[in-house]
Amino acid sequence: MANLLLEWVIKTIVILFILVTAVAYVTLMERKVMSWIQMRVGPNRVGPWGLLQPLADGLKMIFKEDIVPTQASRWLYILAPALSLIPALMTFIVIPYGSEVNLFGYRVELHVTRMNVGLLYILALTSVGVYGIVLAGWSSNNKYSLMGGLRSSAQMISYELALGLSIVSVLLYTGSLDLVEIVEKQSGITGWNIFRFPLMIVFVIFYIASLAETNRTPFDLPEADSELVAGYHTEYSSMSFVMFQMAEYLNLITAASISTTLFFGGWNGPFVERLPLLGPVYFTIKVLVLIFIAMWIRYTVPRFRYDQLMRFGWKFLLPASIVNIIITSTVILLLR
Amino acid sequence: MVRNYIPVLLILIIATGMAAVIIILSRLAAKSRPTREKLMPYECGVEPVGTARERQSVKFYLVAMAFLLFDIEAVFLVPWAVVFRGVVQSEAYRHLKYVFYGEMMVFMVVLFVGLVYVWRKGILEWNR
Amino acid sequence: MQAEKILFIIFAVVALASALNILLQRSPLYGALSLIGTLLALSALYMTLRAQFIAAVQIVVYAGAIMVLFIFVIMLLNVPKDQPQIEKQKGLRYLAIPFAGLLIAEMFFVLRPIRLNTLPPISSGNAEQAVGTTWSIGTALFTDYLLPFEVTSVLILMAVVGAMVLARREGD
Repeated sequence: MANLLLEWVIKTIVILFILVTAVAYVTLMERKVMSWIQMRVGPNRVGPWGLLQPLADGLKMIFKEDIVPTQASRWLYILAPALSLIPALMTFIVIPYGSEVNLFGYRVELHVTRMNVGLLYILALTSVGVYGIVLAGWSSNNKYSLMGGLRSSAQMISYELALGLSIVSVLLYTGSLDLVEIVEKQSGITGWNIFRFPLMIVFVIFYIASLAETNRTPFDLPEADSELVAGYHTEYSSMSFVMFQMAEYLNLITAASISTTLFFGGWNGPFVERLPLLGPVYFTIKVLVLIFIAMWIRYTVPRFRYDQLMRFGWKFLLPASIVNIIITSTVILLLR
Repeated sequence: MVRNYIPVLLILIIATGMAAVIIILSRLAAKSRPTREKLMPYECGVEPVGTARERQSVKFYLVAMAFLLFDIEAVFLVPWAVVFRGVVQSEAYRHLKYVFYGEMMVFMVVLFVGLVYVWRKGILEWNR
Repeated sequence: MQAEKILFIIFAVVALASALNILLQRSPLYGALSLIGTLLALSALYMTLRAQFIAAVQIVVYAGAIMVLFIFVIMLLNVPKDQPQIEKQKGLRYLAIPFAGLLIAEMFFVLRPIRLNTLPPISSGNAEQAVGTTWSIGTALFTDYLLPFEVTSVLILMAVVGAMVLARREGD
């Protein structure tokens, strides 16, 4: 038991360390991708190709003054960014990054833990992630923040339905909520879930819903500068703001990781049985591709107006995911 | 195995610790020089008019209510989906195949009626 | 076994402390947040009972949907927290004590005949007999408990219609 505990602690710390670094470099990736799409170079002064830019930004943010406005509800104001960051970090313990690997003589499974309700755990964390935003909006005591916070959270809960229901379609095929098992069932070249019939459409629904969940363009009206100043994080500065940004990018990485796990076979790929260390490599590549597509969409497409956004989520995505569940279950019933 | 859930507690503690460290770090490292303008709520550079604690629109309540009810539907769908393939493709439950499928279809039809009601009532409209 | 007892005690204390905090808070928003804390502790308690699905669903539905609704309503109504509480009828608060006593007596009479060592052991590993796992709920829901399940759908429909009618009449 003590061995197991040690293993968990080590894995958790490694994962957290990788995550924090990943978030920092995803911000750099965002700026670079944005600049290439806009035909310019992006940050390239700090370090070669701008690789030390996130470090410079982080250091700057630490030394910035952290202002708590006088009318704000102090405890909530300080708590809200933490409430946003913590669930964003917690999703990564169930995601499988690879199968089993022999590391220094120990057999290590490349996931922190294996939960038999793993997918529901992730859905639960997504649901809890709404609180950070709505409480931030409320506690800032600023009209823009409050409206931004309420609208953001209403948007998030609306698209959470489409997200949950598209997961149900995948569940119909897999028969298990355990992410490790879902990935193991997708071995082989055409074994990935996206090649099963209705699941390609389900992936599109899932991806769009997760873009809306993470408040990315084209669904980022509650944060857009020309609309509500900066929405729920208007009043935040320095490290609290950094926590919100970290939470946002972590949510993006989570969405990409879950999409990879559910639809693209997770760590599966050619020769992964012979060389298990290729598992995390394939996983990272797939996640990076999905993140890149999200950024590509962000810098190409104009944003939805808020009522268009809500209408799209309730009148199109939700019925589409329900219809997909019906189609998937009918296909399984009749054709297998 | 329930003991696989202990890492949840572990990462909760570690992540809370991280957040606390970040907050404390910023308190220590940043000089605090509050001025009147910095402490006022931001309203694009002008003096704030009125308080933020006014009543908000009831549309948010309606969205939250609708979300709650469809979330409950999704929660009922999950165990059904997990069990579905096993039941439909096994020989032991062959006579139950269509019944199993039909039960959930009835459930979903009833809730679809709810969605149609909400749609027709215009709850999902104007500037939500 | 020891670890399980320790975890149970920790989560039980957290649940009780959060529940007590709901009563002690002046602002309804902090009360709602304490309620969320209670629900999270309850979810952990379900987990110690090996009911993983119920624990996860507790968070998805209760802490993630119902409490969001509560918080939206609190923010919409916006009751200022420093308004003095006006007691319309002075004596009613003393009525609470005998009722609380009645509740405690009732719990005592219900729980007293249970002998702890005659309860079935929780760690019996058979997945299909376990209560609260996804498989057992999935099969039970559509075989033994089919009628309550279908009735639930009608109940949810009633709730949707009711909520929309009530809210629209005021807001229209």
